[in-house]
Amino acid sequence: MKGLSFFAPIALIGAILVFWQLACQWLHTPEYLLPTPIAIGMALLRNAPLLALSAWRTLAMALEALLAASFFASLLAVLVSLSRVLERAIRPLAVALQVTPVVAIAPLVVIWAGVDHPGRAVVVLAAIVAFFPIFSGTVRGLTSADPDLERLFDLYGARPVQRLLRLRLPSALPFIVEGHKVASGLAIIGAVVAEFVAGGVGAEGLAWRILEAGNHLRIAEMFAAVVALALMASVVHLIFQVLEKRALAWWRGR
Amino acid sequence: MKDVVAALSAVEVDYPGRGKVLGPFDLTLAAGDIVGLVGPSGCGKSTALRLLAGLEEPTRGAVRRTAGRGETSVVFQSPTLAPWLSATANVALPLELSGMARAEARLRAGGALARVGLADAVEARPAQLSGGMAMRASLARALVTGPRLLLMDEPFAALDEITRRSLADDLLAIWNEARPAIVFVTHNVEEAIYVAGRVIVMTPGPGRSAGETVIDAPTPRPPGFRTTELFRTAAEAISNRLADATRTATGGAR
Repeated sequence: MKGLSFFAPIALIGAILVFWQLACQWLHTPEYLLPTPIAIGMALLRNAPLLALSAWRTLAMALEALLAASFFASLLAVLVSLSRVLERAIRPLAVALQVTPVVAIAPLVVIWAGVDHPGRAVVVLAAIVAFFPIFSGTVRGLTSADPDLERLFDLYGARPVQRLLRLRLPSALPFIVEGHKVASGLAIIGAVVAEFVAGGVGAEGLAWRILEAGNHLRIAEMFAAVVALALMASVVHLIFQVLEKRALAWWRGR
Repeated sequence: MKDVVAALSAVEVDYPGRGKVLGPFDLTLAAGDIVGLVGPSGCGKSTALRLLAGLEEPTRGAVRRTAGRGETSVVFQSPTLAPWLSATANVALPLELSGMARAEARLRAGGALARVGLADAVEARPAQLSGGMAMRASLARALVTGPRLLLMDEPFAALDEITRRSLADDLLAIWNEARPAIVFVTHNVEEAIYVAGRVIVMTPGPGRSAGETVIDAPTPRPPGFRTTELFRTAAEAISNRLADATRTATGGAR
């Protein structure tokens, strides 16, 4: 049963690829519309070093953005958790920032930060996208400590710093970890979208590879870059999933 | 006359939107008193405890407390242990929050855990403890500060009958060492009689005293106490009083 559920997704992907390959051959679809999986695989192999380099650049920008978002979002969340008024004041701004599509802000950020440094604009935009899940998860976590434990801390006369460090932050850990997991995926999406808007010259991440190949109608290479992006994002997702599982296991004590 | 540890004089508590939940209610606790509060849900028992703990102020009436905050402990219905801390660290928490050095606090916590029969579980996390063991750890945390006033809010309600009986015996044995004043809130008439020196029946919302029964028997209880005539008579008297109090309240509401 376990073997079946392991092989099921592989079998499905295999079946789709075979169907795709055969359909392309029968229908004689032109390469510039829909290349065959084999052509895409060849493109992937041919461009592997370049794609790996670009994937690494996109990943590096996304991780930089994640770090920046994590720092500012956590700091702000802690401040907000200490003051009701501050939370009221900041929340609408944070929500507005979250619901505004990153594509809409991107040109502005590119003008401010990225005319000479496209990479910097990409990091800023990805960080904006990654900010919200960390901020909102941390705020929610910091206010979700067991109310009876809060009462005990009242009874023990705990100082605000003690309450933050010994009750609220540890209680918030599962929410903080979850926020980072969601943010890691969003940071990659943000980095790619930002690179598209920024034009990519200089940043040369995977989005640039897709644009460049598209401009030359090398559709197989476009697909290859997309596949590389999907692979990279999946690996990052997997890593964060494992980290989350580990962290929660430690937190719960089993 | 023994020292008064805490006293409620004609206290009344109103909650916004719920009206009066408690009072007028009087209760005087001398050192070594064990008082059982029995009543239906929502009769203000927990509110009375919070007044005694100094966690809440009465709307009207006066609360007198000679036991300081550091000399008051609370045990809730759920063990309320921090899942990310070991049993020892949980029990040491009140000491560490009051400024005691970590090593000293952990040492005392180990002693308190041994006294409730958890000497083998000092490193265990709450998730690894059974319900009864977790409640013992919670009791150890309440006792580690050497309280003069111990407030227990339906502490054994979530446990099976055998476990709650053995915990009741352990509680009385521990009480016998330092003789703190205990307020023991419970739904269970038999448990109240077994633990408390006097049992107060409370009426449902707003909670008032419907009468007090003194249990004139040695504490800790002798073996076979539950089958004595005294126990049976008290159980009958308190059960009748409880039924009357509940009936009057529902009759009044009609």
